[in-house]
Amino acid sequence: MKYVDEYRDPAAARVLVRRINELAGDDSFKFMEVCGGHTHTIYRHGIEHVLPPGVELVHGPGCPVCVIPMGRVDDAIALAETPGVIFTSFGDMMRVPGGHGNLLEAKARGADVRFVYSPLDALRLAVERPDRQVVFFAVGFETTAPSTAVTLLKARTDNVANFSVFSNHVTIVPPIKAILESPDLRLDGFLGPGHVSTVIGNHPYRFVPKQYGKPLVTAGFEPLDILQAIMMLLSQIRDGRCEVENQYGRVVRDEGNPRALAMLAEVFELRPHFEWRGLGFISQSGLKLRAEFAPWDAERRFAVPGVRVADPKACQCGEVLKGVIRPWECKVFGTACTPETPIGTCMVSSEGACAAYYNFGRLHREAAVTFGRASA
Amino acid sequence: MCLGIPGQIVELLPGDEQLARVEVAGVRRTINVGLLEDERIQVGDWVLIHVGFAMSKIDEEEAAMALSSLRMMGQGYDDELEALLASRVEARERLEG
Repeated sequence: MKYVDEYRDPAAARVLVRRINELAGDDSFKFMEVCGGHTHTIYRHGIEHVLPPGVELVHGPGCPVCVIPMGRVDDAIALAETPGVIFTSFGDMMRVPGGHGNLLEAKARGADVRFVYSPLDALRLAVERPDRQVVFFAVGFETTAPSTAVTLLKARTDNVANFSVFSNHVTIVPPIKAILESPDLRLDGFLGPGHVSTVIGNHPYRFVPKQYGKPLVTAGFEPLDILQAIMMLLSQIRDGRCEVENQYGRVVRDEGNPRALAMLAEVFELRPHFEWRGLGFISQSGLKLRAEFAPWDAERRFAVPGVRVADPKACQCGEVLKGVIRPWECKVFGTACTPETPIGTCMVSSEGACAAYYNFGRLHREAAVTFGRASA
Repeated sequence: MCLGIPGQIVELLPGDEQLARVEVAGVRRTINVGLLEDERIQVGDWVLIHVGFAMSKIDEEEAAMALSSLRMMGQGYDDELEALLASRVEARERLEG
């Protein structure tokens, strides 16, 4: 019980862990947490070590920085190095390696690359600098895409002509489908993403139980949320039920945020296909600007190379993102690839499975060996 | 960028830009609340903020829990907070004034 004491309500955590043990018995279960925020909580609180040995958590593709393929980073660098351009990006993307270095290195070479917190900051910069072209590097799932949509609507209303967006927004359902179709992995259920679901709601996941026979429970980010969601998954399996359930009802509504969805639909449309790091091309998974927003589309305004770059051979981010291997099983984990000098994207973001494990996991794993598996 | 930072609405700004002042970790910042228009956000409400936008309305207890989890993140939270505080989302009037 060493770890449970760190939880906000240790008594509640103990009850949940006991129930999980009863439900799991001696059987084996493999659940995927889709969202990088969950991965972070799981490692931060050593949740794997309070679970019975048969209940395994594998990390999914829900880290927006981690899934950007190298070719898109090279495209971003090409845009940043276009004369007259101010290239703006979230801080998380600055150290993501492309085939030719990262954005920080481009900045050191003289490109005008600036870090922004919000797409609205980039738009404001464009208003202040009418002599320059301001490009915003948009990344993220449905959690951040509505913010880009609102910013584009505002750019159109205010007629800001020197602002454009390089869209790398992606949607969460297609990679879940791709993982379910993948022969590599046998999963017994999913912890559904929390924040993405505040936008899309719970209905889009109904295909998971319906077509693939796997339960899905949308979960919050507290350790108790994760434990409760695992308990709900096991209860479904033991009761012979298979459905979408919402553990995070205090924030997520089944119908999501209709206004945000309407804005997404107004500004974006699905690309026929989009490349994901490690997962390859997934059809209908990326968002591009609709034709009505062509004047603000960086891919139409500038020449973007669009070259596909293969991942470095040593890097196994793809297998980590699909949950086929654990972070520490990668050949370069913690040696050639560290948060300071990442080779793969999973080591860059604090939500990436490798960075989370590098920062917190080793400690817990060593402690678990010392104290034995603190499961009951 | 995916971290949701809890903030409390302290002022709804006039005009058509759907901006509000929030207090985050003792500092006041302007954010966009347009995505929560259907929620009828009021002064005193708590919201989760992503990249300068209020994405969900939450209650005070949820805000306290989220904040305490974020503090445990250490550097990741510090970076996100610093970025939010450096953000320059402002109302048009303030920009011009």
